[in-house]
Amino acid sequence: MLAGGAAILVLVCALLALAFRPRGAVRDTSVRRWIVGGGLIFPTAILAVLLAYGLVVGERLLPREDPRTIRVVAEASRWQWTFAQPGNAGMIRTPGVLHIPAGRPVDVELRTLDVIHAFWVPRLAGKLDAIPGHRNVLRIEAGQPGMYYGLCAEYCGIGHAGHGFRVIAHDAAGWASFQAGGE
Amino acid sequence: MTQALRLHRAFERIWGTPRGWRGTLSTVNHSTLGVRLMVTAFAFFLIGGVLAMLIRAQLATPGSAFAGPDIYNQLFTMHGSIMMFLFAIPMFEGFAIYMLPKMLGARDLAFPRMTAYGWWCYLFGGSLLLIAMVLGVAPDAGWFMYTPLSSKPYSPGINSDFWLLGITFVEISAIVTAVDIVVSILKLRAPGMSLDRMPLFAWYMLVTAMMMLIGFPPLILGSILLELERAFGWPFFDAERGGDSLLWQHLFWLFGHPEVYIIFLPAAGVVSTILPVMARTRILGYGWIVGAILALGFLSFGLWVHHMFTVGIPHMALAFFSAASTLVAIPTGVQIFAWLGTLWAGRPQMKLPMLYLVGFFVTFVMGGLTGVMVAVVPFDWQAHDTAFVTAHLHYVLFGGFVFPMLAATYYWLGHVTGRQYSYTLGKAAFWLIFIGFHLTFFLMHIVGLLGQPRRIDTYPADIGWTGYNLLSSVGGFVTAIGFGLFVIDLLLQFFHAPRTRRNPWGAGTLEWAMMLPPPSYNIASLPQVDDREPLEAAPDLALSLARGEGYLAEPRNNWRETLAVETASGRIDHIVVLPGNTLLPLWTALVTGAFFVLMLLGLYAWAPVPLIGVAALGWRWAWVQGGKQPFGKLPIGFGDEACVHAEVQGSPGWWGNVFFLSANGTFFGSLLFGYAFLWTIAPNWPPPELLTPSVPILAIGVAGAAVAALFGRRVRALKGPVAGLAALFVALIATVWLLAPSPTSHAYGAVLAVLLGYGALHVALAILIGMFVVRRRGAGYVAATLGAEPRIARLWIDYALATGATALIGAHMPALLA
Repeated sequence: MLAGGAAILVLVCALLALAFRPRGAVRDTSVRRWIVGGGLIFPTAILAVLLAYGLVVGERLLPREDPRTIRVVAEASRWQWTFAQPGNAGMIRTPGVLHIPAGRPVDVELRTLDVIHAFWVPRLAGKLDAIPGHRNVLRIEAGQPGMYYGLCAEYCGIGHAGHGFRVIAHDAAGWASFQAGGE
Repeated sequence: MTQALRLHRAFERIWGTPRGWRGTLSTVNHSTLGVRLMVTAFAFFLIGGVLAMLIRAQLATPGSAFAGPDIYNQLFTMHGSIMMFLFAIPMFEGFAIYMLPKMLGARDLAFPRMTAYGWWCYLFGGSLLLIAMVLGVAPDAGWFMYTPLSSKPYSPGINSDFWLLGITFVEISAIVTAVDIVVSILKLRAPGMSLDRMPLFAWYMLVTAMMMLIGFPPLILGSILLELERAFGWPFFDAERGGDSLLWQHLFWLFGHPEVYIIFLPAAGVVSTILPVMARTRILGYGWIVGAILALGFLSFGLWVHHMFTVGIPHMALAFFSAASTLVAIPTGVQIFAWLGTLWAGRPQMKLPMLYLVGFFVTFVMGGLTGVMVAVVPFDWQAHDTAFVTAHLHYVLFGGFVFPMLAATYYWLGHVTGRQYSYTLGKAAFWLIFIGFHLTFFLMHIVGLLGQPRRIDTYPADIGWTGYNLLSSVGGFVTAIGFGLFVIDLLLQFFHAPRTRRNPWGAGTLEWAMMLPPPSYNIASLPQVDDREPLEAAPDLALSLARGEGYLAEPRNNWRETLAVETASGRIDHIVVLPGNTLLPLWTALVTGAFFVLMLLGLYAWAPVPLIGVAALGWRWAWVQGGKQPFGKLPIGFGDEACVHAEVQGSPGWWGNVFFLSANGTFFGSLLFGYAFLWTIAPNWPPPELLTPSVPILAIGVAGAAVAALFGRRVRALKGPVAGLAALFVALIATVWLLAPSPTSHAYGAVLAVLLGYGALHVALAILIGMFVVRRRGAGYVAATLGAEPRIARLWIDYALATGATALIGAHMPALLA
């Protein structure tokens, strides 16, 4: 997308610059070539390809049935994230830190206690809003164990800039110990 | 004394603005008011620019303690609100008000008093926001005012009320100006200027103004609903009580996305006007461009949801809006290539306006390309609400609006001042602005992709954003210095430059066929137009018009006369006698302002008083127009004759009411959309308690509407329809008073109250207008018997009975069926 965009920009700038070159012979300025060719066919072709590509990628990112999926509730409030998920001995609530297993899909159910927030872990997935009265579910998956930073992407008032959280993706052993109640 | 000088003195006596404060306050002249709007808008631009500098100062370094989050939130909210509502829109409105009559070969706009009222409303509404800022209680919930953040529990202060009331006050100005512009373009043109001979700028403004009539009502509705929620606890957006914050987002972006094109199109019109002159040729593909403008206007209403890709809408629905969003690139592409082709066809010269147009090309194309990127849904899931989008929207708006307007400034400044451009500061200003802008915003793409979100007041030092932000801030200050030079340059030209000659650029459009600076009446006689570029065929047109060798060359009866034409063909239709200077617009704006101030202060019990005052002033406004004596056909020159507008059925007033009611219908439609949206999408529905249906009340209302619809249609009798409306009014009030549940208990009751109240208000207005025309008939006014006034009353009666009956039935039906 970036390369294509840059190429189009260069093309337009070149056409613009060439318009100012010194007078030569009479130029071809047919409506058909410029407007139909440049303004109609050219963008239509590029956009069609881009749209199809976006649709396919978007479909792939959607939550899909998978027996290995675990489900977490993310509760946003001003200015705190609290995560809740079933452990071996009842619900585990973890403020500020989301624990997930690496290599398994996780469905994050987004709720808010007050205004609109948005859950975003840039390295794991796109963002989704938590809206009062609605339930949105975001699929995330961490390929590797480790720590990932997450933040609130929807302006939510004075504490918005500091409204972040961490995601810890565990390996198998760490995950078992977390579910057993340890950290 | 020469003929031209004699005419000049005679017309100046009729059209001129008297000296002194009374003249200043009472003028309705479009040139004066257009310049006032532009100067006011530029002042707001400078204020918004200073706010931007404060934002960049805060973000220049990590962990900055320059402004706390509370102040910072006010800064970015006010920056966005000022630039959108108080700079961009009024700026092009002012430009169109100044320029359109001159380009179309008319002496003024169709509704000069409305032009003045619009400016006063804008000035007062904008001042409310400035007062809030000075008092330190400026709005701080973002320029998009998302609920519930902007609702009472999370924004308890007066800050959000300033936004809702101040901006709505300014929107009144946008609506009346849009009606003014549409009717002026459709009706007030020089004879012979058919639609396909209209300058392209008029096409752009026609579509823009129509978009405003459709785009602004949803925002006004949203603001009213939110203010009702904040003031009286009616829960339109409160999920606990059946409201939905997503309703705000839909209403806001139904306005907010067309808004981008509303801002871009006038600027594109400027490009299409200046560029062929710079290239010393005609525009390539006039018809294609008109088609592209219409397509853009149409498409721009189909893509508001692309601001809401992350709220959890089904993916296939997103795909539809994604497709619509990318589609707008096609008409934009048509225009870009038409401009490039025009440059290739001609012999372009790199004069100062052209330099700014090059800045426009480069910047805007980049903004368009990143726009296509964020229209791709998965990409937007990442980029949404990051600095990438901040960068994108500044490329589009700064590239697509500010650069063309700067080009316009240098192109038309001599027209306003009558002086010629003779300095080179403008070039230096261009390079500072251009380089500074790209330094600021290009880097924001990168830092956005690195994850920096929007609307944060600070960020950690170790995250890798520091260098980009510092350079962005440096770029911002370079841009500011560029604008400083620009201001100095303007002042120099205003006070020092030598007088300009006529038509300095060798342009072909009619605005150059007059003395510079233009006299109050523009042209001493109206030309016959046979070509898109009348000055090309007749370079001496200015002189012959000044000598009175055109239509309406002889002043008569101290009337401010101009011609109205048939919309499509441009054939002469009638003479329009425009109102003279009056203090009515100022008084009406002051009383309108009293309403907003009372609401702001929470003195709700007193708020109806100024509304009654506005109705009384409106009565007066219409009453002083027209006379009691019919004139029949009057000579207009070249052996032609025509009636005055008071004696024709299709007067500008009738057209104005048609377009005002179209905007009003959009408002009502948005309200019905809100009702249906809440019922189907919002949580906590159906409501615990429905309206108590009453068949007799419903029957009275429907019967009244039927009487109003059927009686007096042929003979334009008004008393029968007014009686029918009275029955409808009683039924509406009885429903809201006796049958509907409390508006505070659930969004259902709140929506019903607004729906029925809207119906009742319009029925009452239609009754008032019907009574007005009956009184005018009794008093013997020509317009109330021969003219358009009975038709206008009929229009209002039909609108009121349709919306009133829809509200009544819409309120009763679900309860009856349950």
